[in-house]
Amino acid sequence: MARKLLNWEILLLFILIVVILINVNLSPFYLGLNNQINLFHLSIEKIIVALTMTLVIINAEIDLSVASVMGLAACVLAYMHAQGQPFGLALAVSLLVGAGAGAFNGFWVAYARLPSLVVTLAGLIGYRGLALVLLEDGSIGDFPEWFDALGQQGVWGPFPLGLLLFLAGVIIVWVLLQQSAVGRYIYVIGNSAEVARYSGVNVRRVKMTLFTVSGFVAALAGILLAARLGAVRGSTAAGFELDIITMVLLGGVSIFGGSGTLTGVALAILIILNLRNGLSLVNISGNTQTGIIGLLLILSVLLPNWLQSAQKWWGRDRALEEQTSQ
Amino acid sequence: MNSIRHAIRPEQIRELILVLIIFAAILFFGSQIENYYQPRTFTRIASSVAILVVVAVGQTLVVLMRNIDLSVGSIVGFTAYFVGQTVVNNSDMSPLMIVLLAIMMGAALGLINGLVIAYGRVPAIITTLGTLAIYRSLLVQFSDAQTIITSALPEWLVNLPQVNAFVIGELEIHLIVLIALVIVVLFQFVVLYLPWGRRLYAIGSNPDAAAMSGLPVTRMTVSAYTLCGALCGLAGFLFLARFGNITVVAAQGMELQVIAAVVVGGVNIFGGSGSMLGTLLGTVLIATLEQSLLRWRIVSEFWRDALLGLLILLAVAADSVILSRLQALWARGEIEQIQAGDPQPVETARVS
Repeated sequence: MARKLLNWEILLLFILIVVILINVNLSPFYLGLNNQINLFHLSIEKIIVALTMTLVIINAEIDLSVASVMGLAACVLAYMHAQGQPFGLALAVSLLVGAGAGAFNGFWVAYARLPSLVVTLAGLIGYRGLALVLLEDGSIGDFPEWFDALGQQGVWGPFPLGLLLFLAGVIIVWVLLQQSAVGRYIYVIGNSAEVARYSGVNVRRVKMTLFTVSGFVAALAGILLAARLGAVRGSTAAGFELDIITMVLLGGVSIFGGSGTLTGVALAILIILNLRNGLSLVNISGNTQTGIIGLLLILSVLLPNWLQSAQKWWGRDRALEEQTSQ
Repeated sequence: MNSIRHAIRPEQIRELILVLIIFAAILFFGSQIENYYQPRTFTRIASSVAILVVVAVGQTLVVLMRNIDLSVGSIVGFTAYFVGQTVVNNSDMSPLMIVLLAIMMGAALGLINGLVIAYGRVPAIITTLGTLAIYRSLLVQFSDAQTIITSALPEWLVNLPQVNAFVIGELEIHLIVLIALVIVVLFQFVVLYLPWGRRLYAIGSNPDAAAMSGLPVTRMTVSAYTLCGALCGLAGFLFLARFGNITVVAAQGMELQVIAAVVVGGVNIFGGSGSMLGTLLGTVLIATLEQSLLRWRIVSEFWRDALLGLLILLAVAADSVILSRLQALWARGEIEQIQAGDPQPVETARVS
């Protein structure tokens, strides 16, 4: 098992190097610091949420509602701002709404034991609906200047706030997942919630916490998106869940839970970002890029499966040979 | 108690409750909206059910065997667009050929899903999440972002949604509604009585056990997805006929509505239980809410999705709380009966 995962990460690294080499050939500016920061910056909200999604999927659940929570948080912020509330209060409330939406999902999954696929599907539709209720078909902008600057300019040298938050998130999730007891719990529950429960792990609390954190981080990402775009609509961040889940699954995290590493997800994020950037360099439209990433998602599971079958087939042949030679 | 238990199964109680909720909703909106009880209201609801339910029937086939198809919206959009384009370029094509073309096109896309899931052993949710994006981007790529417009379509196709199958008093039953109903009834029979349909339940209840007892799980998966695709193709044709103007984002997000309808209709998302009748009721409830909220003055129409999300959650929660208790009650009654030496209830033991 460990060897297979290692192979997967090496394969991802190989793909990443190929993508980068092609991109460097396409444009001399590709490796410049500005382009590299820009490449992260354009999808910064998605990759931040991908970190918590990794935890949720390893835990054998899924959160389809993240994009709607992002939209809802951004709409709450914009709505309160337009109503003339203080901006700090609006920020706090929109983060709370995100955590609340996540906790609401978590309650139904952890305590009512409903399948997370359905609960968060209801969330995907429902939270987006609430966002639309707030903003209807309008759009709200005119945020304070410092807020827009936070989303659009570097706060520490050329590094924007989102990128710093992402890097901090990577470190936190890595420590949590790979170095802490909580991380072990997440894997154990993902492998078998039943076994975890009998071994004394508080499964409910772990799941509840994960969904709440997922909602909170999604709200944070939604606020960053509002700052970067400078305006919010009811449909802000719609459809982001596809990209986010693709990043996690391409990183080798099993959709059935229990396996996968942050290293894999980080590599997958790098591949997708570089691929999109490179495809833009050769003028391939965003829509086709999404199609190519969809294909990549399927291939990322299909190819290892075939590889495994082929290996098994080889193995059986060799075992037969050994038997006959004995 | 025993007589009730023999006459009716817990799943049927569920469907009965759904019918009551639909009536309650209609009564409620009737008291809120002026001129609600007009044939036009129900004709409009029926037309919006017609397209959705055809896709929902296909989705039910797949969900019954513990799979899911997220690509349905893209398949509907894809067929609606390309069938529309073909019709515009060959205006002398016969209607039958066009319908067949739509069904074949959808079936081909469904077949791809099925092959990847069954033979590539890629989980259904990953495969169809991928093809959701792939089919849509193929559509955008090959359409050059052009729009099919109503005026370019032949007359019979544009008028098709207004064609009545029959008229009861002032209530007009459109032909496309009749087609949709025929499909629901047809597939209700398929899943209840045909071996192919019963296998869906067996596989959905326990895929491993089904495979070990010799059911052709891989072939069943391919055929279910192909059928689901074919139904999406038919829905694509209906979509083209109803809306006329087809853009590249046609039917985007339909998968959510369809899965919502299926889940509200009582089809277990983990397979093994549910019926086409339930799916129809789920679709009717969602369409009723949608069409009525549009006309309800007090609440803005933007509440629609928020309510829909809540409805899905309630439906599933009610399922897990009420239905499982009822089923336990039924099972206990049966055990008592067997212990009393009356092993009669063969009927209730059937898988559904």
